[in-house]
Amino acid sequence: MTSARPRRRTSHGTRSAPYAFLFPAALLFALFFALPIGYALWLSLHKVEVDGLGLGKNARHEVWAGIGNYTDALTDSELLHGALRVLGYGAIVIPVMLGLALLFALLLDTERVRLTPFTRLAIFLPYAVPGVIAALLWGFLYLQDVSPFFYVLDKLGLPQPDLLDGGPLYLALSNIAVWGGTGFNMIVIYTSLRSIPAEVHEAAKLDGCSQLQIALRIKIPMVAPSLVLTFFFSIIATLQVFSEPTTLKPLTNSVSTTWSPLMKVYQDAFGKGDINSAAATAVIIAVVTLLLSFGFLRAANSRTKKEATR
Amino acid sequence: MTSPSSPSSLAVRKAAPAAGTTPGTAQGPPPRRIAVLPTAVLVLGALYCLLPVLWVVIASTKSGRELFSTFTFWPGSGFADNLTDLSAYRDGIYWRWMGNSALYAGLGALLSTAVSAVSGYALAVYRFRGRETVFNILMAGVLMPPVILAVPQYLLLAKADLTDSYASVLLPLILSPYGVYLARVYASAAVPGDVVEAGRMDGASEWRIFTRIALPMMVPGLVTVFLFQFVAVWNNFLLPYIMLSDDEKFPITLGLFTLLEQGSNTPALYTLVITGALLAVVPLIALFLVIQRFWSLDLLSGAVKS
Repeated sequence: MTSARPRRRTSHGTRSAPYAFLFPAALLFALFFALPIGYALWLSLHKVEVDGLGLGKNARHEVWAGIGNYTDALTDSELLHGALRVLGYGAIVIPVMLGLALLFALLLDTERVRLTPFTRLAIFLPYAVPGVIAALLWGFLYLQDVSPFFYVLDKLGLPQPDLLDGGPLYLALSNIAVWGGTGFNMIVIYTSLRSIPAEVHEAAKLDGCSQLQIALRIKIPMVAPSLVLTFFFSIIATLQVFSEPTTLKPLTNSVSTTWSPLMKVYQDAFGKGDINSAAATAVIIAVVTLLLSFGFLRAANSRTKKEATR
Repeated sequence: MTSPSSPSSLAVRKAAPAAGTTPGTAQGPPPRRIAVLPTAVLVLGALYCLLPVLWVVIASTKSGRELFSTFTFWPGSGFADNLTDLSAYRDGIYWRWMGNSALYAGLGALLSTAVSAVSGYALAVYRFRGRETVFNILMAGVLMPPVILAVPQYLLLAKADLTDSYASVLLPLILSPYGVYLARVYASAAVPGDVVEAGRMDGASEWRIFTRIALPMMVPGLVTVFLFQFVAVWNNFLLPYIMLSDDEKFPITLGLFTLLEQGSNTPALYTLVITGALLAVVPLIALFLVIQRFWSLDLLSGAVKS
């Protein structure tokens, strides 16, 4: 990472240059990362108190609330249900998406497989489609009146499930995320597969390993770091789900305004105008996200270490 | 991090794997038999990914009546009418949304690339007190969920009277921790230390060394940063959803969403939403097809490995 530049002389300009170069980034970080986070924490620890009838200019003022907003949020059953919904959704999305990404990456890297330029590009294509538009396209494909699936089911005389309600709704939402995310993760894993030296495969092949054995015993362990990383970022992204359920909302009554915790934050802040509890909920979501993602990272790291010492 | 990932080079590599690297083995090229099952699975995956795109292409050719009456994958006859209707909808606000998206994504990605370039260069080339601390703090920004940022950003910008403006969507997205990271990786790989030192010997100022010597060397990496950021801004929904209320300033994602919201009660608007969705994905897909030959995704693997 660091350049091995000999340090012969250090003029004044050289010494101050990096600080000047980093000034724009530091300013933007302070204004749009540090300040908002600090403000969110401050808001979450305060509440609005209204004097008398709430008339007049100074009738509303913010007072210290301690952890009141947090205890309110943590005992809020709506938030709890939202969290459970998103955990269920994540339990479908992450294994399926990363499993498919790994499978496709391994297949692309297998000998004598044809059409790879086409399939690689086609599977990566959804990355170029914004989440809102992906949800919109799939939303139409889930609608009985316009969907080809229902047309086929209808012709075959099979029952037609409502995809936008109850259990199928989870699958419907998960499918959108899987569709949108598989290609990108596939490329990350595939790129790291390609960096395995060819000698490794050759040696295994001379020893009589099949392609499947090479994939399972050699390739997967060697790309484990990139699998861990895609997992880590998928956890963060999945727990933040917002645009897909929001987009499906106009198409069905089963998606409430507080379907995911993030939607609840939006609803609290802009629907109810209660920015203090919205801030507390946002902080809780952020903390839970970081705990889960870093917890996973630690678990994965200690496991690789154990395997290395074995 | 060197080989471009173009399909043609892949094809060559697949045809003769490792034959060049292990000349000692007497095996020769493998027999030209197609691995049917893996190929079939990949083709299935590709079809799954293309299905919604294919559907929207066909659905956009149907008139409102045909949409509900004819078989889904049978083209209709109303594409030109749909296009006219969409362009006429509220005096062509659709094209304004497209223009806004191009502005947000184009200008936003440009500014973001500039900030990433100068910061990544500074972090890669100079050794100074607090360098790793600065880098780690910037990187922590990647982990910050957008939600904890967006709501307070809105409230703070409201205090500065800046909400519901172009700036409110542009400014928060300029600093991209991932962009800074990529630029740093790229600068330390592409800009040799002795070139910088030679520039100093010749009496060039630090800024001049950066703009005249280092920046041209970093261009391929910066193209990647620009494209990542362009896609990220174009696809963004949460920030404009929170910041904007005047639909003249909406990006295309938000515009289509409001159109769908209104259209859910009036199926007559469905065809507009469908045609609008198709036209909204065309620019990005076209961009992808053009640049994927040059876009070094290997940079990503660099990101993964370290």
